[in-house]
Amino acid sequence: MNRGLLGIEGLERPEIEAILERAKYFQPLQNESFKRLDTLRGKMVVNLFFEASTRTRISFEIAAKRLGADSVSISASGSSVSKGESLVDTLNTLVAMRPDAIVMRHSASGAPHFLSRYLATPIVNAGDGTHEHPTQALLDARTILDRRERLDGLRAVIIGDIAHSRVARSNVHLLSKFGVDIVLCGPASLLPRELAQIAPGVTLEHNIRDAIREADVIMMLRVQLERQHEAAYPVGEYFRYYGLRLEHFALAKPNVIVMHPGPINRGREISSEVADSQRSVILNQVENGIAVRMAVLEKILQ
Amino acid sequence: MGTLLIKNGRVMDPASNFDSTADVLLADGRIAAIGPGLQDPGAEQFDASGMVVAPGFIDMHVHLRDPGFEHAETIETGSRAAAAGGFTSVCCMPNTNPVNDSATVTSYIVERARQRAIVNVFPIGAITKDSAGEELAAIGSMKAAGVIAISDDGRPVMNARVMRRAMETAAALDVPVINHCEDLHLSAGGDMHEGVESVRLGLRGIPSCSEDVMVARDILLAEVTGARYHVAHISAQNSVGMVAYAKARGLKVTCESTPHHFAIADSDMLPYDSNFKMKPPLRSKHDVQAIVEGIASGAIDALATDHAPHAGSEKMQEFEKCPFGIIGLETAIGLTTDELVHTGKIPLMKMIALYTTGPAGVLRLAQRAELRVGYCADVTIFDPAREWTYDVNRSASKSRNSPFHGRRFRGGPVATIVHGSIVWRAD
Repeated sequence: MNRGLLGIEGLERPEIEAILERAKYFQPLQNESFKRLDTLRGKMVVNLFFEASTRTRISFEIAAKRLGADSVSISASGSSVSKGESLVDTLNTLVAMRPDAIVMRHSASGAPHFLSRYLATPIVNAGDGTHEHPTQALLDARTILDRRERLDGLRAVIIGDIAHSRVARSNVHLLSKFGVDIVLCGPASLLPRELAQIAPGVTLEHNIRDAIREADVIMMLRVQLERQHEAAYPVGEYFRYYGLRLEHFALAKPNVIVMHPGPINRGREISSEVADSQRSVILNQVENGIAVRMAVLEKILQ
Repeated sequence: MGTLLIKNGRVMDPASNFDSTADVLLADGRIAAIGPGLQDPGAEQFDASGMVVAPGFIDMHVHLRDPGFEHAETIETGSRAAAAGGFTSVCCMPNTNPVNDSATVTSYIVERARQRAIVNVFPIGAITKDSAGEELAAIGSMKAAGVIAISDDGRPVMNARVMRRAMETAAALDVPVINHCEDLHLSAGGDMHEGVESVRLGLRGIPSCSEDVMVARDILLAEVTGARYHVAHISAQNSVGMVAYAKARGLKVTCESTPHHFAIADSDMLPYDSNFKMKPPLRSKHDVQAIVEGIASGAIDALATDHAPHAGSEKMQEFEKCPFGIIGLETAIGLTTDELVHTGKIPLMKMIALYTTGPAGVLRLAQRAELRVGYCADVTIFDPAREWTYDVNRSASKSRNSPFHGRRFRGGPVATIVHGSIVWRAD
């Protein structure tokens, strides 16, 4: 049995709570002048990124280093993948070098799940295709909990290209386990109606104004043009119907927070004014990414 | 060629509706006698007490991968898997390399089968050259060389005009047209059935409507052309309904379903396990129910495995990279007894018909699907109560891509008799 972190869906609520609590413990460390612990001294974490990533890869690297572990990052270009080696063979080669954990991002949904059936080394899923991105949902939950007593009873709306979003799926699973009222909002072609059935407490909404009403949390998603194989929505009309603008805040709760997993596209899904507003916690999310990933790596490696 | 006397079996013959304990004597490749208390001191004896003796089962939809993909299967190994599954005849689809779109390739398959196969092999020719969907293949000369139907299986004929011309040509030659119904624009990029499970797993979907729209189109074209038209591996609820409608209108429209499509649904998949990846994909529970009802009602004429071997290296990849298809010859009887007969969905006689008179009727295979004196001595002996576990690693196929590895079955083949000779028997 692989004891990594493949997704949120299979986790129990207490496991999530433990990670979030531990992440809170690591938060003050980020502001210390000496930021390095030696909890994971001698451990080796390999970051294997088959898909472009800046913030997630660096966040995992920093998290490992702040715990005293060594980390090596490999990107797919320039590796044996481009020489035609199969994914299983690439991983077996890496495993032969005895890393203690593999942090992996891959463009194919289920790639880490598939590999975990053949490998004993723990795998941390850093995003698989359009499936899950568990550490993103954990850091999002940590960010919400920095501003709210509890998740239970909140109303969270996720807006954008839900169909192609692993961030949305992981957040839906996590928030659902905590009794959050989840509203998914986007154009019909990017919002499969079956989404309402993947977890309890999910409703779908095509109108952004109805979706945002009384929201405690607004999560914006990037329109993932690289995952769309056709124009599923008239590109020029997206911002008009699904872009978040200052005027929308009047519909939500007064203390609503705006989140975005990044990278943001100003003027496409979010206006510059919103991104830079007091409501925006986008940079807090990035900061929490390190604390949450420290908690995850510590849980898996200690 | 000797004689074989099958003693004391429950002889079941759908064509004559015969169902009684009797003996069957096979001599010189033909059925010599059927009746109680037959004697032939010189004959080899097979005690079939407690077993069902049926006409030889026909699988009208397999992929033998030969020529071109012999690393996955050959005519010989595929025929051995067929025999181990209780099949005495298989019909092989033309998506080989080269595609069976000419009499030359057809003749190769016929000759190779004569030399190496232990069951009857009936080739199906391509509808279009290279199955590219554009220019009609040499349908007449392929028929003369031995094909019993035409299909571009693995791909649909997307162009409706080409399909119309193919049906007109086939109607004149009295050859059935079999289509793999999938609108490629609707299914583009899909890896599994579009539904809750695909959304949950983040995999791109193949919607049921991608099958439905082409079944609808083809039924209309079958009416215009008068062709004998057959839907391969039907999987979606609305498609079954439309075939039933076409039948009610008196059109020469038939269809087949596979054991995996009546046995399991998308929600039964092991996540990201490519042994559950095939086309059409495992559908939703309500589609599965519609298939079962279609089988029971007669809307579905035949069961066929769509045996589709792939080498381990091809299937051991990221789910979206893996090719479509699973092997199925050896698990067909077990799945059918388990899921349809023992559950009371269909009687045993109906099950036999779905593997004998059903496909033989669609393909007009003469003297084969009946236990009648003078007919071909192809006999399937199976035991509906036999309990066994499928070990794919002991498969006679060259490939191992089955979702049913380790499954326990009640009901399985006991012996396969082709042309009067036992070509396989259970351990």
